[in-house]
Amino acid sequence: MSEKTAVAGSVVAGDIVTDDLPAEQPAEPWAGEPADDVKPRNNRAWLLVLPVVVSVAFTAVIPLMTVVNYSVQDVFSPVDRIFVGLEWFRSVSRDPEVRAAFLRTLMFSLQVLLLEIPLGVLIAVCMPRRGRLVPVALVVVALPLLIPWNVVGTMWQIFARADIGLAGWVINNGLGIDFNYTLDSTDAWITVLLMDIWHWTPLVALLAYAGLRAIPGPYFQAAQIDGASAWQVFRHIQLPRLRGVLTIAILLRFMDSFMIYTEPFVVTGGGPGNATSFLSILLSKVAVGQFDLGPAGAFSLLYFLFVQIVSFVFFTVLTRTGR
Amino acid sequence: MADIRFEGVGHSYDGGRTWALRPMTWTWRHAKAYALLGPSGCGKTTLLNIISGLLTPTVGRVWFGDRDVTEVPTAGRNIAQVFQFPVLYESMSVYNNLAFPLRNRRYPKQEIDARVRKVSRLLGLDGHLDRRSRRLDPGRQQIVSLGRGLVRADVAAVLLDEPLTVIDPALKWTLRSKLKEIHRETGHTLIYVTHDQTEALTFADEVVVLNDGDVVQAGRPTELFLAPEHEFVGHFIGSPGMNMVPAEIVGGVVRVGAAAAGRAVGTGGELADGPVRIGVRPEFVQMSAQPVTPGLPGRITGVDRMGAYHLVRAEVDGHPFVAKVDRATAAARDVEHFRFAADRAFLFRDAVRCGALAPLGEEAQP
Amino acid sequence: MARLPWARAVFWLYAVTLTLPILWMIGMSVRPNEDILGSFSLLPQRVTLDNYRTFFTDEAWYSSYLNSVTYTSMNAVMSLVVAIPAAYAFSRFRFAGDKHLFFWLLTNRMAPPAVFLLPFFQIYQSVGLFDTHLGVALAHMLFNVPLAVWILEGFMSGIPREIDETAAIDGYSLPRFFVRIFLPMIRSGIGVTLFFCFMFSWVELLIARTITSVDAKPIAATMTRTVSAAGIDWGLLAAAGVLTIIPGAIVIWFVRNYIAKGFALGRV
Repeated sequence: MSEKTAVAGSVVAGDIVTDDLPAEQPAEPWAGEPADDVKPRNNRAWLLVLPVVVSVAFTAVIPLMTVVNYSVQDVFSPVDRIFVGLEWFRSVSRDPEVRAAFLRTLMFSLQVLLLEIPLGVLIAVCMPRRGRLVPVALVVVALPLLIPWNVVGTMWQIFARADIGLAGWVINNGLGIDFNYTLDSTDAWITVLLMDIWHWTPLVALLAYAGLRAIPGPYFQAAQIDGASAWQVFRHIQLPRLRGVLTIAILLRFMDSFMIYTEPFVVTGGGPGNATSFLSILLSKVAVGQFDLGPAGAFSLLYFLFVQIVSFVFFTVLTRTGR
Repeated sequence: MADIRFEGVGHSYDGGRTWALRPMTWTWRHAKAYALLGPSGCGKTTLLNIISGLLTPTVGRVWFGDRDVTEVPTAGRNIAQVFQFPVLYESMSVYNNLAFPLRNRRYPKQEIDARVRKVSRLLGLDGHLDRRSRRLDPGRQQIVSLGRGLVRADVAAVLLDEPLTVIDPALKWTLRSKLKEIHRETGHTLIYVTHDQTEALTFADEVVVLNDGDVVQAGRPTELFLAPEHEFVGHFIGSPGMNMVPAEIVGGVVRVGAAAAGRAVGTGGELADGPVRIGVRPEFVQMSAQPVTPGLPGRITGVDRMGAYHLVRAEVDGHPFVAKVDRATAAARDVEHFRFAADRAFLFRDAVRCGALAPLGEEAQP
Repeated sequence: MARLPWARAVFWLYAVTLTLPILWMIGMSVRPNEDILGSFSLLPQRVTLDNYRTFFTDEAWYSSYLNSVTYTSMNAVMSLVVAIPAAYAFSRFRFAGDKHLFFWLLTNRMAPPAVFLLPFFQIYQSVGLFDTHLGVALAHMLFNVPLAVWILEGFMSGIPREIDETAAIDGYSLPRFFVRIFLPMIRSGIGVTLFFCFMFSWVELLIARTITSVDAKPIAATMTRTVSAAGIDWGLLAAAGVLTIIPGAIVIWFVRNYIAKGFALGRV
C-alpha cells in the first residue's frame, strides 16, 4: 500500500512505501513457545537416555520389585519362603498401629499446609524486590533449606529444651508455661510442627517470591494509574499469578511432610510413646529394625502407592482448576 | 484538558554520567496526536514515563496546565497508559476491567455504567462485556487496556508505549485507524511511542524524532520527510532512507570527487568551504542522459524490481546510492547521471542541515 | 512496585526469628559443656574452641565429615554425567515413550525413601556396595538424577536448536560440539544442578545411614550417636552441627547474585 504525498507548491511524485503485509496470520503465535512438532523425531535418542534409565532402574525399579516380592511372601529364611498372596497387605492395613500412624501423618501434613502456605506467601510479599538487600534476603530466607535435616533436628532438640534451649527456657521460665517435649505429647507435636514450619516455609516463600518477581512491572504501574489499593493489587494481580507456583508448593509440601522422617526422629525419636511416630518412622522400625520382610514389604508398597496416587490426584486437580 | 509542559526536563539513570534524556523544554499541546519516533534506547520510553509520573526526572519540571506535577505520583496525574502487551486484570470480566478505575475513584454507579458502555461502544467491545478478559485474543485485550484508560473523564493525556507490538499485522491496520477515530471523538491528547516510522507517519499530527536522548526534529510527517533537519531524520525516515554522499565545498561549489554537484546555498547565509555531506532521498533522484545539476554521475550496480517502482542501485564516487524511479525511466546503462529534484537535495555538516544544493549557474532559491 | 510500609518490618522480624535457632547453636558450640549444663545464660560466659578441637582431632568425627563430603561430591558428578545426555535428548528430540519416561522420572522424586530402606540394605550388601562411598553416591541418584534431568532440560531448551544445526554444518562432531560449544552455554544450568544435587545429597540422612556402618558413615550418623555414659555431648554436637551448615552457606553466598538475577528474570 502506498500513499502519494501531494505537497502544495511542488509537483513531486513521491511514494511513501510501506512494508509488504501478508493478509493471513503470521506463522508464529505471538505468545511463542517452541511447538512440540518442531522437534525432530529420532529414536536413537534412546541411547542418550540409557544411562539415566539404567541408574533409575538400579536405584528404583529393582528395589521396588524386591519390595513387591517380599510383600507377597512369608520369608522364614533366605531359602524357605512361601507365597501368601495378599495376606500381608490385609494384615498391614488392619494393623491399628499402622492406621494410627497414617492418621497422625495425615493430620500433620494438613496442618503443615494450612500454616506454611499462607505464611510463605506473606513472607514472599514482604521480601525486598529491588536493591542490594535482595541477595542478602534470599540467602537468609534460604538458609534453613541448606541445613542437613538431622542438624535441623539437633538444633531444635537443643532449642526447645527447658534447660539448655532458648525457646524452652523462655517458655518455661519467662512465660511460666510448662513445656517439655520429651514428656508431653502435645508439646512434642507442637515442637515438631514448629520445626517443620521453620525448616520448610522458606521453600514456599522462595517459590512464591519467584512467582511474584515474574509479574511484569507494567501490571503494577497500571494498578497505580487505576488507583488500586495495596489489597486490590494483591487480590487481582499477585494472587492470580501465584496460582501455578502455589500448586507446586502445595504438592511438594504435602508429599514431603507426609514422608517426613529425619527431623522428628532426631528430636523425639517418635515419642513420647508414639505421639510423633509418623509413617516413615514406623516403617523404618518395621523394616530395618525388626526385619519382618513380608509386612515391611506390604507396608512399603501401600505407602508408596498412596503417595504416588495422591500426588497424581493433587496435581491433576490443581492444574485443572487453573484452566 | 491542558497543555503538558516540560521545562528543562532531563533524566539520567546513573547519576549524571550518561543521559537517557537530555534536558529539553517542550510543550505537548492538548488534543493533538503526537508520535515519538526513534530507535531502541533513544529515550522515548523514559520520556513517556516522565509524563505519566512513573519516573521523576533528574532535572527539570513538568507542568500540566498551570499545575506543577513533577513530584506528583502517577495516581494523581490523570493520565492513561497503554503498554506493549495487554495489561489487564485477568480474573475480571471486560466490564469490570473498564469499571475498575472508576470504582476506585468512587464515581456513582450510574455514571460508571454510562461511561463503560460509551467506551465499549466506541471500541467495539459491546458483545464482549461479560466475557472474562483472560479469554480474549491479544488484539482485543489490548483494546480493553486502552478502554480502561479512556473511561475516566479527567484524562489529561493517553500515553501509548508501542501498543501494537504483539498484535499481528492484519489487525494492526484496524487498530491504528481505530486509534485515529478515537482521537477525533474523544479529543484527548495522544502520545504514541514507536520505532516504526510507518506507524508514526500515518498516525500523528506531529512527529517528534528522538535519537540518543535528544529531540532531533519535530514537525508534521510531511515536513520530516521532505525537509529533514538532521541526518538521522533523513536516514531513519523513508524506505529506503536518504542517500548520503561525502562532498567538499570549494569556492561555493559542492564537489564530489571530480564532479561538481551544484552550488552551495546556506540556510543562514554563506557556507564556509570545507567538508559537507549531500543528502537526497531516493524518491527525488531521477536518471538523466546528460550531466545536470544539481546532480551527480554514478555507476549502476544493479536494479531491484519492486513492482510499482524500481530501485536503481549505484555507486557515486565509491559510495552506495539508491534512486527510486518508476518503470518507464529505468534503463540499464553503465554510467548514469542522476538529477536531484529542486529543493530536495540538502547539505549537512556535523549531521545538521546547513544548506541546500542549487543548480550551478542559477540564482539561489530561498 | 508499591509495598506496604510494614512489609519491611515484618520481613526482617521473620529473618531474625529464622536465624535464632542457628545463632543459638553457634553460641552453644563455643561453650564448654559444664557451662551448658550448668546454668542458663543468653550469651556464652566463657568462649572456647575446645569442641571444634575435639571434632578435628577425633577420627570418628572428622572422618565421617569427610565421608559425607566424598559421597556427596561423587553423587553430584555422577548425577550430572548421567543426566546431561538424557536432558539433551528430552530437549532436542521426540522419541517413543519420551513423555512417559519424563513423567516417570519425576515420580521418583515422590517416592518415600523409607520404602527403599529394606531393598537397598539387602541389594547393596549382596553386590558389595554396602558401607562404601560409591554405594551412597549411587543410592542418592534415586532422587538427584530426575532433578538434574529436569533442571538441565529447562536450561537446554533455552538454547535455540539453530546452534546445534550451525555447528553440524560447520563440521563439529557431536562430542566436540558438546564440549566446546553447548556445555559452556549452559554452564549456569550446570552450576545450579550441581548445587541442588550437592544440597539434597548432603542433607539426606535415612538412606545414607541405612547402607553404611563404619567406613562410609556420614557425619549425620555420627551426630545421632553421641550419647555416652556421661550424657549427650552438647557442645561437640553443636560444633558438628555448625560445621555441617558451613558448606551450604558458603556455596549459596557465592551464588547469591546469580540466584537473585534468576529470580529477576522470572525463571527459577
